[in-house]
Order: sequence, then structure tokens, then C-alpha cells
Amino acid sequence: MTDVEETTATLPLERKCPFSPPPEYEKLRAESPISRVGLPSGQTAWALTRLEDIREMLSSPHFSSDRQNPSFPMMVARQIRREDKPFRPSLIAMDPPEHSRARRDVVGEFTVKRMKALQPRIQQIVDEHIDALLAGPRPADLVQALSLPVPSLVICELLGVPYADHDFFQACSSKMLSREVTAEERMTAFERLEHYLDELVTKKEADATEDDLLGRQILKQREAGEEDHDELVGLAFLLLIAGHETTANMISLGTVTLLENPDQLAKIKADPDKTLPAIEELLRIFTIAEIATSRVATADVEIGGTLIRAGEGVVGLSNAGNHDPDGFENPDTFDIERGARHHVAFGFGVHQCLGQNLARMELQIVFDTLFKRIPGIRIAVPVDELPFKHDSSIYGLHALPVTW
Amino acid sequence: MKIIADTGKCVGAGQCVLTDPDLFDQSEDDGTVIVLNAEPKGAEAEENARTAVHICPGQALSLA
Repeated sequence: MTDVEETTATLPLERKCPFSPPPEYEKLRAESPISRVGLPSGQTAWALTRLEDIREMLSSPHFSSDRQNPSFPMMVARQIRREDKPFRPSLIAMDPPEHSRARRDVVGEFTVKRMKALQPRIQQIVDEHIDALLAGPRPADLVQALSLPVPSLVICELLGVPYADHDFFQACSSKMLSREVTAEERMTAFERLEHYLDELVTKKEADATEDDLLGRQILKQREAGEEDHDELVGLAFLLLIAGHETTANMISLGTVTLLENPDQLAKIKADPDKTLPAIEELLRIFTIAEIATSRVATADVEIGGTLIRAGEGVVGLSNAGNHDPDGFENPDTFDIERGARHHVAFGFGVHQCLGQNLARMELQIVFDTLFKRIPGIRIAVPVDELPFKHDSSIYGLHALPVTW
Repeated sequence: MKIIADTGKCVGAGQCVLTDPDLFDQSEDDGTVIVLNAEPKGAEAEENARTAVHICPGQALSLA
């Protein structure tokens, strides 16, 4: 017989109010800021709820992102392991020094300057979708009309993935992130998308051009004599999924929040310089990708006065950290002028989101354009009837009916 | 005040450039930090340097 370890909670905890973190986070932070928790996989792990502890853990070299490590904390039941083809980790699952090299290869594609160069094209995409929205019936679903197609089109063009296939990869992506599907269904979605990108990369290898990110990576690797097909498939996979699901949800959640806070929306309308600070505050308030800040300890390390032993899993509850009153005064108040840039919604440390400046650029253009071109936009149903994604690893909205 | 950058630790997130593009830039090739002005003068520039140090995810920046 084995001892059942005492845990303070079982993750994931659910948001009771769609605009606030699970209420248990506050209690955990006050009573046991570093505590043992249960996970849906049957594992136990440490949960961190203080901003400084999360930052410290994520920047320590003694925590690994290797999702193949059996102690890595999983928020869904364990995936089926593939025997025929070993899993090839993408950037998010690598550790330094391998990770440092792989990130360096691609990070030049996402610099602040490169993102600024994309601005006119993103603006054009946003304008076209708002034209179509205005020409269509009312009410309209903003998720389908704007939130999802804009980041999806942008990442497809940047990577060199045909947008015409978006129904297919959006369906795969949504399955993989859902907590409501079986491990088999999740694996099938994973394999179908992997197969699709494997063929796409093969085609590009035969005719690589400088026109898109995948082509540029192929040429770069070729020049260095280090062609690595599987690594490119993994990169394409990560960027395609991460590039549209996250930003799409932030467009929808941000639109609802700004419409529900007309005083804050008025400030952005009066001064476009306030849009970026507002975006940081929206990122902080929602922290939609909390599971990305999970790790496993590779050495005995003390974090915030607690000894975490080698081999133990740790979940940095970034949404709890982003509502830590020691980091953000009155953390549950939505205040676009608070100066929230030190939030950990994009993570922290070596894995901090590669596409964060693309996300900022897209959100900025969408909010500035949407509220300018449709000043009378409003939500077509009561806010408490909106279908928030309580069932997904990435928080957001399944649909957002709007009218004007 | 002097800004010190450790490009070995830099992860190319560009947070410093977003904070103050007069103080920081990123390498075109691998996105790592380039300090344009290592000795910021004036209250605003000094405050920006402190912010950049605080939010740098790779903890690649420090002040001396």
C-alpha cells in the first residue's frame, strides 16, 4: 500500500467569474503559496501562486521543459506513447543548450522590427475582415468573422502554410487543446496535423524560397549543412498552433472586456498610445495559457523558502502570479494605466513566448480598427450567457455574438 | 548609470526595444540585444533602463 500524499487542491481549478482567476488562488497564495496539488493525470506537483516565485522558477536553470519526463506535470490524462515514431520535441519542450540553439535559429523572425514590417499587411487583413463583417448579417459571431481568421491568416502567410486548409488545422488544434476529448482523439488530431505539416515541409524542401519562414529556415539550415526535416515540422507545428489559438482568444476576451468597461475603452479611443498598455493589462487579467509555465525540477532547489526536490513537477500558476497583490495593486481591478508589463502571461525565462510581439501587433491593430470603424459595436447577448472556454487548455471564447 | 548586456543570456524577446528603442535594438540575425546607448542620461531614460532590466525574461540586462 502506498501513502496518499496530502494535497491542497486538484488542478485545473475553474474560473467562477469569467473575468477573474479561480477564487481558490487567493486562498492558496495566502495560506500555502507553494503547495502540493493533484493533477488530472494522477500526478502530484508543486503549485506556485506568487509572482516572484514563478519568475524565479522560470528563470532557474534547474527546471526542465521536457514533456517526455514522466514527472512532467500534465493537465490532461497522460497521452498515449507512440512506439513506432519517437516524439520529437519542439521548442517548448526543449532545454538549453539545445533549446538555445533552436530558438536562436528562429527568433530573428520575430524581432520588434520584423513585426513592425508586417503592420501594413496585418492592417489590410483586419480592414478586409471588418468590411465583410459590416456587409454581413447582424448579429455576427466575432470569433468567426475576426478573432480567428486574422491571426490565422497572418501566421499562415508568415510561415508559408496555405490558409485554404484552415478548417482542417483549426479543427485539429481545437481538439488538441480541449480537455473534453479522449487521449486517443487528441493523439489522432496530433498525428493528422503532423502528417500534414510533414508533407508541407517536404514540398518546401523541394522548392525552398525566401518568401516565408519555413523556406528561409530550410535555406539557412542547408547553407550551414545542417538540414533537419523533423525539427522544421516540429517548429511549423508549434508556430501554427500557438500563432492563432492564443491571439484569437485574446481578441475576443479583450473586445468583451473593453465593451464592459466603457470608461477604459474611451481612454483608448481618445489616445491610441494607451492601446499597448491596455493590451498588457488584458494579457495580465486573463493569462489564457497557464499550463505553459509547468516544469520539472532537475536538482534540489529552494524556491520562496520551500525545497523542491529533483524529479518533482512544478506548475507555475501564472494567472495566480498575475493577480498577486505584491506584484499588482488591487489585482482584480481592470486598469489599463496600471503599468502591467511585468506580468507573466507570456511566461518568463528562456521560454518566454516567441510570438509575443506579433500578438501585441495584431491585438493593437484589431482593437484600434474595430472600435474606430464600428463605434456602436455591442455584445448581442447578456455577458453571462457567452460561451467561455472553461473546457480548454487555452482560455477564451467559443463564440462572441455582436451587433451594432 | 551604465547598462550591461549579456548576449549569452538574451532570449530575443525584444522587451527592451519595446521599452526604449533609443536605448536598445535587436540583432537582425538572432534577435539578441544591442545596446545603442549604454549610459542613459535623464530621469526618463534612466527609468526606462530600470524597467527593461526588470522585465527582461532572460535576465540578460543589469545596471552598474
